[in-house]
Amino acid sequence: MAAAGKSWAGHGIHWGRIATRELSTVAITIFGLLLVTFLIARVMPIDPVLAVVGDRAPADVYERARLDLGLDKPLWHQFAIYIGKVFSGDLGTSVLTAQKVTDDIKTVFPATLELATLGTLIGVLIGVPFGIIAAVYQGRWPDQIARVVGLLGYSVPVFWVGLMGLLLFYAKLGWVAGPGRISVVWQDYVTPVTGIIMLDAAMQGEWDAFWDAFSHLVLPASVLGLLSIAYMSRMTRSFMINELQQQYVIAARVKGLSEFRVVWRHALRNAIVPLVTVIALSYMHLLEGSVLTETIFAWPGLGRYLTNALLNADMNAVLGGTLVVGAVFIAVNLFSDMIGRLADPRTR
Amino acid sequence: MRHIAKLMVASAFTALLATTAQTTVSLAQTPKDTVVMAKQIDDIISLDPAEAFEFSGVEVGANVYDKLVGVNLADGNKIVGELAESWTVSPDQLTYTFKLRPGVKFHSGNALTAEDVVYSIQRAVTLNKSPGFILAQFGLNKDTVLDKVKATDAGTVVITVSQPFAPTFFLNCLTSGVASVVDSKLVKANEKDGDWGNGWMKLNSAGSGAYKVRAYRPNEQYALDANESWYKGAPKNKRVIVRHVAEPASQRLLLEKGDVDMARNLSKDQLAGVKDNKDVEIVQGTKGYILYLGLNQKNPNLAKPEVREALKYLVDYSAIEKNIVEGTYKHHESFLPNGFLGAIDDKPYKFDVAKAKELLAKAGLPNGFTVTMDTRSVNPITDIAQAIQSNWAQAGVKLELIPGDGKQTLTKYRARTHDIYIGQWGPDYLDPHTNAETFAINADNGEDAKSKTLAWRNAWDIPEMTKKTQANVLESDAEKRAEIYGDLQREHQKVSPFVIMFQQIEVTAERKNVKGWVIGPSSDTNFYAPITKG
Repeated sequence: MAAAGKSWAGHGIHWGRIATRELSTVAITIFGLLLVTFLIARVMPIDPVLAVVGDRAPADVYERARLDLGLDKPLWHQFAIYIGKVFSGDLGTSVLTAQKVTDDIKTVFPATLELATLGTLIGVLIGVPFGIIAAVYQGRWPDQIARVVGLLGYSVPVFWVGLMGLLLFYAKLGWVAGPGRISVVWQDYVTPVTGIIMLDAAMQGEWDAFWDAFSHLVLPASVLGLLSIAYMSRMTRSFMINELQQQYVIAARVKGLSEFRVVWRHALRNAIVPLVTVIALSYMHLLEGSVLTETIFAWPGLGRYLTNALLNADMNAVLGGTLVVGAVFIAVNLFSDMIGRLADPRTR
Repeated sequence: MRHIAKLMVASAFTALLATTAQTTVSLAQTPKDTVVMAKQIDDIISLDPAEAFEFSGVEVGANVYDKLVGVNLADGNKIVGELAESWTVSPDQLTYTFKLRPGVKFHSGNALTAEDVVYSIQRAVTLNKSPGFILAQFGLNKDTVLDKVKATDAGTVVITVSQPFAPTFFLNCLTSGVASVVDSKLVKANEKDGDWGNGWMKLNSAGSGAYKVRAYRPNEQYALDANESWYKGAPKNKRVIVRHVAEPASQRLLLEKGDVDMARNLSKDQLAGVKDNKDVEIVQGTKGYILYLGLNQKNPNLAKPEVREALKYLVDYSAIEKNIVEGTYKHHESFLPNGFLGAIDDKPYKFDVAKAKELLAKAGLPNGFTVTMDTRSVNPITDIAQAIQSNWAQAGVKLELIPGDGKQTLTKYRARTHDIYIGQWGPDYLDPHTNAETFAINADNGEDAKSKTLAWRNAWDIPEMTKKTQANVLESDAEKRAEIYGDLQREHQKVSPFVIMFQQIEVTAERKNVKGWVIGPSSDTNFYAPITKG
């Protein structure tokens, strides 16, 4: 990315050319993604008809469902039909939910988005300062603490943290709400607009519902956040150690700048470009949905939707979900590239 | 790795809960007139009674729709009139005349008439989705239905069946969800491209029953509103909300905290855990699901009668019941579940290694043999399979377990490429024929057979038994009918390639203030209307 950034900087930015190139990359990536997903899902030893008619259906009912799914046609033909529909904006119908995949995604994706965004925020707000402090006090006790926290975040299974969190903060202390997105009492007070309950509640002025939704969100987001903290603090630490060994840092210190300014204004600024990429990667990872967290917290998000679809060979849902994950991945990537360019004066 | 993880959770759970149970004073936080359940509902693929055929979907239908006849759970599942006030059967047992209860209205306010009954049956057999065969087996299909099902006046329906079937058989089938009566005007108004309203009915309701569907979000929850003018009297609660909570441990937490009133899918460990909670009580009901092993007769070793019998002696039924499935399954060795007409409680097989070795020697396999079993990676299936593995090893039978996801093992089973399959079977309707058909009929053992029963899946070629079983549906005397099903099962126990082991018990853990919940013998009979919260 850095190399590409440099060459553009030399000639001024040709937005048209960049856009064309990026778009064609995007198209090829998405096409490849769909093709691979399609093939994997089709060679799985799971009969997709079972999800439609169940195990008990008589032979004629089974056969009709098979034809309805187009499974009698050759693989390439099935794929061509699917791609054709995708281009006209039709992702098909999920056999498990009996709804259009686009409608399903409109409900499951905001749930995941809400969780992933807060999870990442927690990761950035705690993980980055943690990493900086660990770098500054390299080898001393703040560094050791950061290391232990990082190790825990990485190595303790997320479902365990989730269940323990529920037991402690929900069942025992009663600080947060339990599994689910909103309490039964409040669920009728918010009309879904964006699908992000907190946002909808705030827009409609239902503040009690807002706080109820927040209370449901905070624990699963913290569980995901713990993972983020672990990852980001380790990465920040290594970026910062790298920067603090550079000559400009020595120069700044020699000039008599305060240690605070050296670390937070000079070194951190230079560490920001790779850091943005790391944050984006972590965010993308969370946006794919976290199956275990979603299962434990009864969170109707993308991860569970996709897993369930895959286990039932619900083709349209698998492909539609994958498409969304792919699109998000590309979008976040582009966005982080842009931030990187803006943050790095050499690319201007 | 899975075991270590499980152990970690279990140990930490116990430690924390030991203190939690005493310190938490929780008050029910759900509204008094609303019943909230935590349940796994991701098996629902449709709420349309002509299509729903999975546990959760059928249960919704049972609470939303009415049928002509139902069963009296308190009186040995005897058939009683529901929408039909009375009925008569012609002497040749071909014609049934139903007199409808007057004054019944659908949720929409439309009056329920004989035309709606005709339309509902026509719709079910024309759509012919998974449960359609329950009605189709009486000769009703999209071409014949309007000749065979007639409304002679607004309050009378006459149905003609194709053979002089046992009246118990036909009426039992009418108690299943597919025979629900739908609001023909409302359904027609929501029809699209000649789909008989199926697209709309998947997510909405058009019934006359105790509740109407307020909102259903797949994989998330359904909410039902009470029908105050239900002909049986208004339900005892105003609303029922069922939330999808996949993880049983989460269900338990929600229940103990009082955020839900009932938890429907607790496992054995969690049930043991909530036993000591004085705010929680446990309700049990015997379900019709049978847990069995299917021995594929294409495997030359399993095809030997002595081997089949030896394996039946090689399962430590009582130890598995006690150690793995206590409170959720009970020992049962015949294909009809308890509670069904003709069910027997004979248990000819007990764990007997010496006897099994003797039989194996007779089969020419004194040192045992090696065989595989496809096993779903869910509990308690995995644990039971492992117990059987160690039981069989004692007689030299080396069992290799092939783990897989549910749909994956099922796909293999349906293609008859397994050696042994461990699985569950639940009856499709409340008549002995449903299980008799699948366990004891195999009309054509060829690869392209039209009817692929469990007997077919295990390549068990039984022309004689097939004929006998088919004849059983024509026996009009209910007592005699019960007797011949008893005899059939005794023979089946001896010769079949099915090691029938357990019958399921469904368990609900509920808050102490919840009253009136009764678990019926099938999903068709799990009723919400009597539930109250004190």
